Amino acid sequence: MLAEMIQRLLERSLDDAAQARARNGEWLADLWAEVTEMGLPLALLSEDQGGFGLTAAEQGEALRLLGRHAFPLPLAETMGANRLLAAAGLPLAEGPAGLARADGLKLEGGRLTGTVERLAWGEHLDCLALAVGDRLYRVPRSAWTIAAPGNAANYHPRPSLAIDWQADAGAALPHCPLAEGATLRAFQIAGALETALDLSISHTGTRVQFGKPLSKNQAVQHELARLAGELACATAAADLAAEALARGDVLGVAAGSLRAREAAGTGASIATQAHGAIGFTREHRLHLFTTSLWTWRDEFGGQVQWAKLLGSAALDAGTAGYWPMVTEL
Amino acid sequence: MSAIPFPAPPLDSEAVIALRAEVRAFLAEELASRTDRQRSDSWCGADKDFSRKMGQRGWLGMTWPKQYGGHERTAYERYVMVEEMLAAGAPVGAHWIADRQSGPSILKFGTEEQRQYFLPKIAAGELYFSIGMSEPDSGSDLAATRTRAVRDGDVYRVTGTKVWTSFAHQSDWAIMFCRTSGTPADRHNGTSQLLIDLKNTPGLTIRPIIDLAGQHHFNEMHFEEAVIPASQLLGTEGQGWAQVMSELAFERSGPERFLSSIELLNQLVGVLQGRQSDAAQITLGRLTARLAVLRRLSRSVTSMLQEEQDAGLQASIVKDVGALFEQSIPDVARELVDCEPDPVAASGYAAVLANIVHNAPSWSLRGGTREILRGIIARGLGTR
Repeated sequence: MLAEMIQRLLERSLDDAAQARARNGEWLADLWAEVTEMGLPLALLSEDQGGFGLTAAEQGEALRLLGRHAFPLPLAETMGANRLLAAAGLPLAEGPAGLARADGLKLEGGRLTGTVERLAWGEHLDCLALAVGDRLYRVPRSAWTIAAPGNAANYHPRPSLAIDWQADAGAALPHCPLAEGATLRAFQIAGALETALDLSISHTGTRVQFGKPLSKNQAVQHELARLAGELACATAAADLAAEALARGDVLGVAAGSLRAREAAGTGASIATQAHGAIGFTREHRLHLFTTSLWTWRDEFGGQVQWAKLLGSAALDAGTAGYWPMVTEL
Repeated sequence: MSAIPFPAPPLDSEAVIALRAEVRAFLAEELASRTDRQRSDSWCGADKDFSRKMGQRGWLGMTWPKQYGGHERTAYERYVMVEEMLAAGAPVGAHWIADRQSGPSILKFGTEEQRQYFLPKIAAGELYFSIGMSEPDSGSDLAATRTRAVRDGDVYRVTGTKVWTSFAHQSDWAIMFCRTSGTPADRHNGTSQLLIDLKNTPGLTIRPIIDLAGQHHFNEMHFEEAVIPASQLLGTEGQGWAQVMSELAFERSGPERFLSSIELLNQLVGVLQGRQSDAAQITLGRLTARLAVLRRLSRSVTSMLQEEQDAGLQASIVKDVGALFEQSIPDVARELVDCEPDPVAASGYAAVLANIVHNAPSWSLRGGTREILRGIIARGLGTR
C-alpha cells in the first residue's frame, strides 16, 4: 500500500532531468515537500511514536524503493535519524536530517566543537542525529557551518561540517548511527541492484548483435544469472541487518552490511558489462544506479571497519565457538 | 521487476532452539574421537552406526508422517538438525541421499506399499539409497538418458550404464532415471524412475570409480538385461522428468551447498586466533558475512519447501552462490596461512587443507553444474 504510493510519487515527480539537477548540487525542494507531505520521514516509527507502524517487510520494501529509483535526497537518513531520535526520546527532525557518529568532537564547558566529516546534503539539513561517545544529540542547523565542500561518487554534495554548539543534555544512545545508516544503505543497495538487473535484462533482450539479441548468448545469460544471485544476497543481507539492528546485535548488522556492500560492487560491474559502452555514459540511466551503488557501499563506516569488527569477533570465538557465533547472526 | 523472491525465513521457535542444543550436545559426545580429516569429509563421510543412532533420536525422516516412521516436524527443524551435523563434520553420508531426496520422492510419488516398505526403514537409519541419474553419454543433459527399461509382463528388462553413483557399493537401493518408451530424441517424454535393489538384482554389476584423491565413493552401475519387478516403478510411467525435477529442489538448496569446507574455515579460525592481524580480521569478516547471508537464503528456501511451493529457481541460486563460497575457502586460506597440504595426515590444518583442495572442484559439478544452474536462473529471468 505505502509502497504503491511511493512508487507513484517517484514515477510522477522524479525524472532523469531532476536526477541530473541533483547531481549538479541542486536541492530538489519540491520533491522533498512531496515526500514530507506523505509523511515518509516518519515511516520507520511505530504508531505510538507517530509513525506508520509498518512491518519489517513493509519497511524494507519502502527503503528498497528508494534504491530502485536512486532517490537523490537524504530521505533514508532522515527516516533513520527519526527512528534513532524517537528511541532516545528526543524531538524528531522537522526537515531533512543527517545521521552521524563523530567521537572526535570536543565537549568542553557544555560546548560541542569539531568537524563532522562528509554528510550528504549537509547544507540543506534541518538537524543531525549525532552520536558522540555514548550520547545522542539532536544538533540543530544553527550549530554548524560548512567546513569544506565535498561530493559523493554519485556527485551529490557531501560537505564536512564545522560544529560549534552550546550542547543540550542529549540522551543515552539507543544504537549506533553507523549501524542505522549501514542498514538503510543495505536496503538501498538491494533496490538499486533490482533496477540494474531490470535494465540489464531489458538492454540485452533488445540490443541485437551478430543477428540476435545479446541475451541469446549463453555467456551473457550466465552473467545475468550471477547478477540475480548478487541481488538475492543483497536483499537477504539487508533483511538480516535490519533484524540484527532491531535486537541490538551489531555483528549481525556488520554481516548484512558487508554482504550488501560486496554485492554493490559485483552487481554494478556485471550490469555495466551487460550494457556495453552505453552503460558507461550519462546518456543511459544505468549510471544513476551504478554511481549510487559506488556511493552507498562506502558510507556509514567503511567495508574495512565493518569487516574488522566481525572478523575479530570470529577470531575471538575460536574454532569451537565459530559456528555457534555464525548461527546467532 | 525481475528479482527472484525469497520469503522471510522461519523464526527460531522454542522447539528449534531446544533441538539445536540437543543436536550439539549429542555431537559433542559422538564425534569426540573423529579426526579433523574425517570431519572435513562432510556428507561424504559415512558411518552406519551413526546413522542408526540418528534414527533412534528421531532425526531421520523428520518431516514425514508418523504413520511411515516419520516425526512430523517442520522443514526448518530438519534444516537446523542438518546444518548442525554438517558444521560439526558428522558422518551423515550413509543415510544422506535416502533422508534428503529418496524418501521424500517415495512419499510424494510412491505406492502405499512402497511407502510402508521403505520409509520406516529409512527413518530408522537402516536402509540407504543412491541416485542413478548420470550416464557415460548423459551428464548435465539428463534427458539424453540411454538406459532403457522395457516392460515385459510383470517386469522391466533394463539395459544401460549409470555413473558417478555415490555409495552404490554401500547402499541398499537406488532410484534410477531411465527411458521406458520412445528415443533420446523425445527428450523429457517417455522417461521414468525405477527403484533398484542394489544387493539383489541379477544382471546388475557395480564397479568402483576412484576419484583423484584415491577415494572410492563413486561407482558405475551396469545393467545387462537386469530384471526389475514392475511393482518397483516409482510414480507414473512416462513422468520421470517431472519427478526428477521435483527431487532436485530438495537436492540443491540445503546447507550442504555452502558448508562443504566449513571444517577448513573452523580450522583457519583456530590457526589465526591470537594473531589478530588486519588481514585475518578483514578476511574472516567478509567470509562470515557471506556465510551468514547464504544461511538466510537457504533457510528461506526451507520455508518454501515447507509450504510446498516450487523453489527450483531459488534453490539454483543458493547452490550457485553457495558453491562459489565453499570453493573459495581454500584459496582465501592460502592467502593468510602458508601450509603444504598433506593428504595422508589424519589431523591438523594440513590434513584438512588437502582434503578440501582435492574435493572442492566437484562441488560445482555434483547436483547440477554451475553452467546448468545459471541456465535455470537465466530462464527464470526470462532471458532464455
